[in-house]
Amino acid sequence: MITIKGKSSSKGIAIGRLVKYVKPEATVKREKVSDVEAEVARYETARDTAKEQLQKLYDKALKEVGESGAAIFEVHQMMLEDEDYNDSIYNMIRTDAVNAEFAVAKTGENFSEMFAGMDDEYFAARATDVKDISERIVSVLAGVAGSLDMSEPVILMAEDLAPSETVQMDKSKLLAFVTRLGSANSHTAILARTMGIPSMVEVDIQDDWDGKMTIVDGNTATIYIDPTEEVMVKMEALKAEETKQKQLLLELKGKENVTLDGTKVNLYANIGNVGDVAAVLANDAGGIGLFRSEFLYLGTDNYPSEEDQFNAYRTVAQNMAGKKVIIRTLDIGADKQVDYFQLDKEDNPAMGLRAIRICLERPAIFKTQLRALLRASAFGNISIMFPMIISVEEVKKIKGILEEVKAELREANVAFKEDIEIGIMIETPASVMISDLLAEEVDFFSIGTNDLTQYTLAIDRQNAKLEPFYNPHHEAILRMINMVIQNGHKGGAWVGICGELGADPELTRRFMEMGIDELSVSPSLILGLRKSIREMDLKG
Amino acid sequence: MKTFEYTITDEVGIHARPAGVLVKEAKNYASKITIAKGEKKAEATKLMAIMSLGVKKGDTITVTVEGDDEDACAPAIENFFKENL
Repeated sequence: MITIKGKSSSKGIAIGRLVKYVKPEATVKREKVSDVEAEVARYETARDTAKEQLQKLYDKALKEVGESGAAIFEVHQMMLEDEDYNDSIYNMIRTDAVNAEFAVAKTGENFSEMFAGMDDEYFAARATDVKDISERIVSVLAGVAGSLDMSEPVILMAEDLAPSETVQMDKSKLLAFVTRLGSANSHTAILARTMGIPSMVEVDIQDDWDGKMTIVDGNTATIYIDPTEEVMVKMEALKAEETKQKQLLLELKGKENVTLDGTKVNLYANIGNVGDVAAVLANDAGGIGLFRSEFLYLGTDNYPSEEDQFNAYRTVAQNMAGKKVIIRTLDIGADKQVDYFQLDKEDNPAMGLRAIRICLERPAIFKTQLRALLRASAFGNISIMFPMIISVEEVKKIKGILEEVKAELREANVAFKEDIEIGIMIETPASVMISDLLAEEVDFFSIGTNDLTQYTLAIDRQNAKLEPFYNPHHEAILRMINMVIQNGHKGGAWVGICGELGADPELTRRFMEMGIDELSVSPSLILGLRKSIREMDLKG
Repeated sequence: MKTFEYTITDEVGIHARPAGVLVKEAKNYASKITIAKGEKKAEATKLMAIMSLGVKKGDTITVTVEGDDEDACAPAIENFFKENL
């Protein structure tokens, strides 16, 4: 077995035979022509034929992969009409009296090099487009047509693939693309993603792989040539799981989260980074129930600026396009150390200076974050959530600071959402016991079951020795959750769960019976949860 | 001659497709439209030249419009940038 790494440009797993694709290349020779105007006319006819071909490819791609995947062929047509490109070809034919093939190939090379030398990855990838249109004209001039015969479904290996080549292929026979060149921004990669097949670039492909059994794992960017039995079994299982997930998506995308007896619940996603939004949308979550803001603070050597924070929050809010985005304010402490906060070492960090306590001790940091959040609230449906609450006084203090920040923004004429929703994490036993009072103060509760369990059972979950004492379904926790839901509803606050228990299939029914309003889980778990809710009958 | 500045907000910058639409739009006017990013300049009717400027998100470009219909052309092109880029 050969294991080799590359760069993934489309996720997923494919298992099948590898076939090498060889470009049907028309060799271009430099020749002298005597009638240059006739050669110019020959070029123009070939260019118009190429444009017609591209129009056909556009129509085909539009049907198969939709508008965004087809757009490239429209762009190619426009590139063919580019003044500079055409002038260069005319010029070469007329002044050097060379054949059209040579003028096109040379011009294509020059323009392609110009793009390839650009710093930005996206623009550098356009070099392929220029090459592609030039090769197309040359093929028309030389009367060479390329096609690939695939009698069984294959994984395609090539030096590089032009968008026009990928779109001409029979999609039902394609399992994956593997190329040496290309980038995650190339149109072939985009087409692969639209088609939902794995694709990898920057792979050091070898000719002798041709015809061998291969596994392409676009999730980990790994290729296995001649896989061992063990690897094959493992990857087949992963592939089956993936197929199941895709099936779920087909069945359940756009469907409501409603039980057979008509009880509804919101299913939101937990995320920790701006990049996770793609997974949220792909899994059809109704919103983001917990956006941990720590990523902005971790892994840097200074406090994130208001502008950096604002940009991150705004991006997420805009991408979610009006769906709810609940952003939790800073939740670090002695257990999640950040050097520049210069927190003292603590004997018992779980019960130490962390989360909202740091924010209240250091209001400048807190206000920067609130300002960024409020400014971003003008661009989408943002709610703010505060962690580690233990008292009504804390909540009043927070609201006071929030009002100060709002007043400052009003003063400066900066737009924000006046009636922005605020909520708190319920993750301390204290907050559970006074949830009736807290409900009067906020719009929603989100129960953080991980910390709540640790504080209630007095069990450190990192300590493996305590495993025998640990029961995640402890009746105390379930009663607490019920108490929070009932108190929340009496006080006019909606209640969700964003901890691990929210995704526990054995408890979903119980939470639904208690009247939970929202469950926030990892993006990949949304659809499975939706399925079990839709099959549930609370009256049955 | 009319001039305006614009800062790109589109994630990938002036990429192929909007550049193509810009070319089409620019060809509707008699005026010469020039896009400049720093020292580099490109005419708005030339697709590859525009793309070779490599205009990215956050870049500020200067657009110059010169010709008989510049009064109508400049606001239309400015509007195009605001809506598409």
